[in-house]
Amino acid sequence: MANSMNITLKVWRQAGPDVKGGFETYQVPDANAHMSFLELLDVLNEQLIKEGNDPVEFDHDCREGICGSCGVVIDGVAHGPQKRTACCQLHMRHYRDGDTIVIEPWRAEGFPIIKDLVVDRSAFDRIIASGGYISANTGAAQDANSLPIAKADADLAMDYATCIGCGACVAACPNASASLFTAAKIAQLSLLPQGDPERKTRVKSMVDQMAEEGFGDCSNHAECEAVCPKGISISSISRMRREYVKAMTD
Amino acid sequence: MSTVLDSKIPAGPLKDKWDNYKNTIKLVNPANKRKHTVLVVGTGLAGGSAAATLAELGYNVKSFCIQDSPRRAHSIAAQGGINAAKNYPNDGDTVWRLFYDTIKGGDYRSREANVHRLAQVSNNIIDQCVAQGVPFAREYGGLLDNRSFGGAQVSRTFYARGQTGQQLLLGAYQAMSRQIGAGNIEMLSRREMLDLVVVDGKARGIITRNLVTGEYERHFGDAVLLCTGGYGNVYYLSTNAKNSNVTAAWRCHKRGAYFANPCYTQIHPTCIPVSGDYQSKLTLMSESLRNDGRVWVPKKQGDDRHPQDIPEEDRDYYLERRYPSFGNLVPRDVASRNAKMATDEGRGVGETGLAVYLDFADSIKRLGRDVIEARYGNLFEMYERITGENPYEVPMRIFPAVHYTMGGLWVDYELQSNVPGLFVLGEANFSDHGANRLGASALMQGLADGYFVIPYTLGNYIAGNSFSAITGNEEAFNEAESAADARIQKLLSIQGTKTVTEFHRELGQIIWDQVGMSRTASGLRTAIDQVSALREEFWQNVRVPGEPTTYNKNLEFAGRVADFLELGELMARDALEREESCGGHFREEHQSAEGEAMRKDEDFTHVSAWQHTESGHVLHKENLDFENVQLTTRSYK
Repeated sequence: MANSMNITLKVWRQAGPDVKGGFETYQVPDANAHMSFLELLDVLNEQLIKEGNDPVEFDHDCREGICGSCGVVIDGVAHGPQKRTACCQLHMRHYRDGDTIVIEPWRAEGFPIIKDLVVDRSAFDRIIASGGYISANTGAAQDANSLPIAKADADLAMDYATCIGCGACVAACPNASASLFTAAKIAQLSLLPQGDPERKTRVKSMVDQMAEEGFGDCSNHAECEAVCPKGISISSISRMRREYVKAMTD
Repeated sequence: MSTVLDSKIPAGPLKDKWDNYKNTIKLVNPANKRKHTVLVVGTGLAGGSAAATLAELGYNVKSFCIQDSPRRAHSIAAQGGINAAKNYPNDGDTVWRLFYDTIKGGDYRSREANVHRLAQVSNNIIDQCVAQGVPFAREYGGLLDNRSFGGAQVSRTFYARGQTGQQLLLGAYQAMSRQIGAGNIEMLSRREMLDLVVVDGKARGIITRNLVTGEYERHFGDAVLLCTGGYGNVYYLSTNAKNSNVTAAWRCHKRGAYFANPCYTQIHPTCIPVSGDYQSKLTLMSESLRNDGRVWVPKKQGDDRHPQDIPEEDRDYYLERRYPSFGNLVPRDVASRNAKMATDEGRGVGETGLAVYLDFADSIKRLGRDVIEARYGNLFEMYERITGENPYEVPMRIFPAVHYTMGGLWVDYELQSNVPGLFVLGEANFSDHGANRLGASALMQGLADGYFVIPYTLGNYIAGNSFSAITGNEEAFNEAESAADARIQKLLSIQGTKTVTEFHRELGQIIWDQVGMSRTASGLRTAIDQVSALREEFWQNVRVPGEPTTYNKNLEFAGRVADFLELGELMARDALEREESCGGHFREEHQSAEGEAMRKDEDFTHVSAWQHTESGHVLHKENLDFENVQLTTRSYK
């Protein structure tokens, strides 16, 4: 079959959080150019189960690039070679028959490994819980059109709001910083009039929580933007910094 | 013995029912709310909005999700939009019209009072979401923009690019997060609900399994809210996320909750076609594309010319031809069935012949590529990633795929199942969409249930009942936990030769072939036999690798496939019992000469609610009374 491929995979295996891990090499002789990358892992796992071995664990859910569950480092790049694409949306037509692919989990102090390629990203939830919201109890809202918002602001807020919380930004950052994730939410809410009343407390709490979770600081490498499956711009980080300075000095 | 179910619809004229209800219910004193613990299972639009709202009100909430974060619930993948009767475009929309379109869209198989309430609160949802900072699309003047969806002749759909579900879910997630930060919600992620615990006839607890450590946990409170989504993954291939499953709902069913209308499933017309047998899931292309895309197939069978080489006179824009007033925006069930008819006639396109074209050439010519890109850019990109083809230049190839399930656990007007204290919200219940759901209505229902319905109905239940003190050590908890453990041990002990995925694929193929877009009595009987045989084989020959005490996805999936193997049979039985065609349930024996669905109102204007008993399933009925809407043959011509 014209589309069939023989792929070699070097996959990080680690039985648990406190166990030493290492690479294992596997052959997938019946890969196919139309498969998604995760379907390649499915085929590998079916093979492993049939041979009596444990399958490779990886997080995945929607497989449409929107839930943010999946995320592995592929040949050294978070989510792999295709720009603005989560690894569930990466397809094997970008590889050639005979290729070897190396797969690793996100590596960051803030994301402890659970098993194989699965990591614990609950730190992201705690960053949001520290202030990544607008306090508006159900039922208290006024009519939706009573608050006009310039289209340009609404569109830019939407650009930042598309973050899927996958953690690729952290995995790609030399400092394992969660700045892009944190800043995307701060930038979205600071662009909207609804977010104004809490803008100072929000930025302070979220930035502090990010540090507390063990994520590093941003030193402008911009690796995060390069791997972000939603193409979120690091201009969000400059917005976050401006907001932070304003909050500290006012 | 079969009984007739009471839906507890409030008295009074349709438009006053919800107000009458709210005016007469019992309330819980603010200071007393924190004494009541509510367990909310699932964190999608229904569960997320319910948990946040109940915590804001002062209840003590415990929330559970199977993913690593509540933000990943599958509501996040909804693309197109959310309906509301705001009438901002001034095109004639009203609460009544939204109600009527939804009832008609559901082919007159839903409850008038529920649907009317849904239409009434639809406007509050938009207000609430904007207040939370949901960045809906706006016009240059700064006001909200709308677009059209299938089954409606007004523009009432609010949207945030092609990621409306994501933005609404993040709104609910952030509202929840605020309550988590404040200590009012205890969030338990990577937990799977394995059983419902009923004490003294009331739902008082659940058994969960920690998916990282394998530990069982007992959680208890005064009510359980099941917000666990639909069962579309029974078909194996669907647009649902891989973790979406029926297990929590099915275990409630086995503890006494009735399962209503399981045969009502929605096959969405615009999905990317299957490319090979490794396929793990299907991807939806939003219905909003039908605003500007035209659906066609070649007029002649086996015409394998490149689409650009097929001249206008050799193309059949079959939806525009058959349904001139709704055209490409007919409801989903109609569009899907017509795609099937075209491919059955040998006029399908692409390598497999199981696809039709969705063509944007005319719109690009009329509006310019920039406009089309602004409207659908992310969808076009997604299509290109998956297929390797550029839809700006070549028409999209699309085919129907399983997307949503209208059936679910039976609930009354208060969203309470027949098990007291067990409430069911969102897609997990059966209540509002009848036999077919209109586009942009799922988000509306999930958020209506969670933000605006359950805060009232739960309060009425809590205030009207007394709750004995429990500790989680009652016999009912012991029994449920040992049953859950026994199942897991059994699954691991079989060590057969077929993988969980192999069984799931086989099940999916049977259900797709026989309980899919078109159904016959003989096909359904075949399905019942085949599913039952496959289930038997599963319990003798499944191979589940690994340990129960570590992260083990195959073990999770094994439990879910086991439940799908039971549900699949009930779906076929329900479809066999319903000797009519309505909405997504199309029985070939019941169609007009033109191939349109034919209902049998005199025999089937009821909800079929199935009770699980030791000796098999028993059917109960809830009669649907239409006092405000006249039942007519649904026509979109």
